[in-house]
Amino acid sequence: MVQPIVEVRNLRKTYGDKVAVDDVSFAVEPGEIFGILGPNGAGKTTTVETLAGLRHADGGTVRVLGIDTQRNPGAVRDHLGVQLQEAALHDKITVGEALRLFAAFYDDPADPDELLELLDLTPHAGVQFARLSGGQRQRLSIALALVGNPRVAILDELTTGLDPQARRSTWDLVERVRATGVTILLVTHFMDEAERLCDRLVVIDGGRVVAEGTPAGLIDGLESERTVVVRFAAEDAPRARGVLDELAARHPDVLRVDDAGAATEVAVTGSRRVLFALVPALAEADLVPEDVRTVTKSLEDVFLAVTGRQYDPQAGDAQQLEGARS
Amino acid sequence: MTTTAPAPTAARTGSWRGFGRLLRTETAVWLRDFAAPFFGILFPTVILLGVGLAIPGMRDPITDAPPDSVWYGLTPVATYLPTVLAMAVGTASLTVMPVTIATYREKGVLRRLSTTPMRPQGIVVAHLVINAVTTVVGAALALVVGQLVFGFVAPEQLGVVVLSFVLGMAAMFTLGMLVAAVAPRASAANAIAMSLYFPMLLLAGLWTPGPIMPEVLRQIGQFTPLGAAAQSMTTAWFEQGFPLLQLIVMAVWTVVALPVAIRLFRWS
Repeated sequence: MVQPIVEVRNLRKTYGDKVAVDDVSFAVEPGEIFGILGPNGAGKTTTVETLAGLRHADGGTVRVLGIDTQRNPGAVRDHLGVQLQEAALHDKITVGEALRLFAAFYDDPADPDELLELLDLTPHAGVQFARLSGGQRQRLSIALALVGNPRVAILDELTTGLDPQARRSTWDLVERVRATGVTILLVTHFMDEAERLCDRLVVIDGGRVVAEGTPAGLIDGLESERTVVVRFAAEDAPRARGVLDELAARHPDVLRVDDAGAATEVAVTGSRRVLFALVPALAEADLVPEDVRTVTKSLEDVFLAVTGRQYDPQAGDAQQLEGARS
Repeated sequence: MTTTAPAPTAARTGSWRGFGRLLRTETAVWLRDFAAPFFGILFPTVILLGVGLAIPGMRDPITDAPPDSVWYGLTPVATYLPTVLAMAVGTASLTVMPVTIATYREKGVLRRLSTTPMRPQGIVVAHLVINAVTTVVGAALALVVGQLVFGFVAPEQLGVVVLSFVLGMAAMFTLGMLVAAVAPRASAANAIAMSLYFPMLLLAGLWTPGPIMPEVLRQIGQFTPLGAAAQSMTTAWFEQGFPLLQLIVMAVWTVVALPVAIRLFRWS
């Protein structure tokens, strides 16, 4: 087992009688993109801010590069890059000035010009912060987190407020950064972002870790039900529904048949072998499907399975804290 | 990108590496704001010229004072000089610096710096330096321009004038830091600063300089940092006595309020 580069154990943080982080533990290995996923107010940001030594934990330990950042936050700052949620620069500082300024704080900084190039900011080097677009600000924010040549970078909600194209190019960028050897701790409330980028992740809800693993592993670990949606020609659809209802009643691998939205579509849910039962039954009745597709499970289904409720990324703090206490 | 990074050591918890760059960058960015450099540097001169040139009689020697008084024969605009110097001290320390720092707190700049090896104190010190230099430049400009336009008598006690100016800066920057410490937002810092700034200008003699200040204002003013600075400089410039009370008042403001400001200061 590789020595973890970031380690959080039984972290707890309260504000008055509000529990922001109840009990969070995870370990990040060198070179990973590790996700902290959960709805707003779940305790993700508090977790990483405590990790970065910006907040005092009420309980538990946090270690970065083997150093307890609660006791000795100064010792890791040269090697830990942090991108906080909100923009934090003077309106009139230019992109180039900001990067050179932050580079001056570090022992062994990256070349600001190379970073500008990596983050597609070279054409904007002379532009003042207030005039940057949302995507450009995010890229600058990432550049500032990386300018110290960190071994670990914390990126908090880096695609919030970006349009789809800017989100996708930011994702590419994160992968490029990881390719340079930086371990990345990615905080996000976007399921698709976590699924696309993370090697491993924890799902946090109400201040607790409710699931942990690789995105694929978490999805595969869901109960073994599969759903197949079959579309028929309009004239075949009523007969097909009858055949499938009858199949569900007699075949152990077929559990139920539901409407799938359109009148010509039927959703067949059963065991992992549901497709094997479905195809011979359709062949026997000479029902030729227009289209057959399996319904893909996602991290949203994982969230539903572990918390018992639909994933709502905007779920407010109060509600989540309430959940943490009960 | 990172493989050559040395293993972290527990030795250093705070660092001022890059402070020179921070000071240069903050100065460059600060100069891009028109208002801050204008008020800090030009405002005292503008007020001195405005008062001296626009108000009738300001350049005519005083003849209605007793002939043996120190004021006899001076121009009213000359008696205004200590007030203008006090104003230079009050403007940068109270109206510019606290708002800058509160803005940085509100925008998360102080917090962002906390995650780097540079301590957020660095940016506070940078703005103390910038505004202290502004104050001195603003005061010097007012003196030079005022001398060229109006001509002034030399100070009776130059050392005490300088001491009063320096202690006034210490007391007023401490007060500005106190405002920066307690104001939750830039707008609040501005409101608090303005509600202190104008009464202080009144007590420093903006409307009733030197010899024409009513006794009650003088009595109150001597216990405020800016009023004490103006009175102390007036005494040192034109009279013979030593403004002991005023100098002590400024020192006490500094010594008492500075630890409070440091204690109350919030980084986020």
